[in-house]
Amino acid sequence: MFTGASQFALVGVIGAGGSVWAGAATAALLGSRNALYGIRLASLLDVRGMRRVAAAQFVLDETTAMAIARDDPRQSRFAFWATGLALFTFWNLGTLAGALATHALSNPKVLGLDAAPPAAFLALLAPRLRSREPVAIALAAAVVAIAVLPFVPAGVPLLIVALLVSLYGLFRRVA
Amino acid sequence: MIWAGVLVASASCYALKLAGLSLPERWLQDSRVQRTVPLIPIALLAALVGTQTFSTGQHLGLDVRAAALAVAIVAVLLRAPFLVVVAAAALTAALLRLL
Repeated sequence: MFTGASQFALVGVIGAGGSVWAGAATAALLGSRNALYGIRLASLLDVRGMRRVAAAQFVLDETTAMAIARDDPRQSRFAFWATGLALFTFWNLGTLAGALATHALSNPKVLGLDAAPPAAFLALLAPRLRSREPVAIALAAAVVAIAVLPFVPAGVPLLIVALLVSLYGLFRRVA
Repeated sequence: MIWAGVLVASASCYALKLAGLSLPERWLQDSRVQRTVPLIPIALLAALVGTQTFSTGQHLGLDVRAAALAVAIVAVLLRAPFLVVVAAAALTAALLRLL
């Protein structure tokens, strides 16, 4: 799995005592946006066969942003592969370092590490809140998730929120 | 069991990326789908912020994580980089626990 928000979410749900399947479903739902990025990138990259199999792993927020920001298709392709390779290398080295370092930590709470994931999710969320509608959706989603949390198994509040926002998106009227 | 879930989640996340590159454009070009999919991460990330700040297991509660989130919000409003936002929140929680 190489898509940050999904990785954090999977760990977050399991860490909160949720079932691993609720975590996996949340991770996949968070990854659904990458399919839309893929559609935008498909004509730009024009990759086939093995190159497409490799390119798919690099379809991310960052690589899409870098690729579609160029006017020249050659520069677009370069931006995509360069950003993807750099991210893939350093992200996974960082993940490995984190996995090895856990043994050195006796109590993550002392370092405030339990406050880190919400801050990370917030930082991932913030760039998406550019107008009134996403802000309203974000606030509503947080309230709904907290409200149902005591009554359903861990991880399920996220799935309820995903279902509600999908229904909202599909049935709202657009001016 | 955990690793089975990790593998399924990984395969799903990869399949979604490959599907975007491979499926005929018009399949996913429906305007309602185009408008809805970007909303899903917004709602899920906000829900994760809310639940991971105000709950422990299945119990709601208020602790130093709320203060840490407030600091993170200020950092985000100041357009601080990702790592600064996360570090500021962790530091806030750690310092408040020392008091």
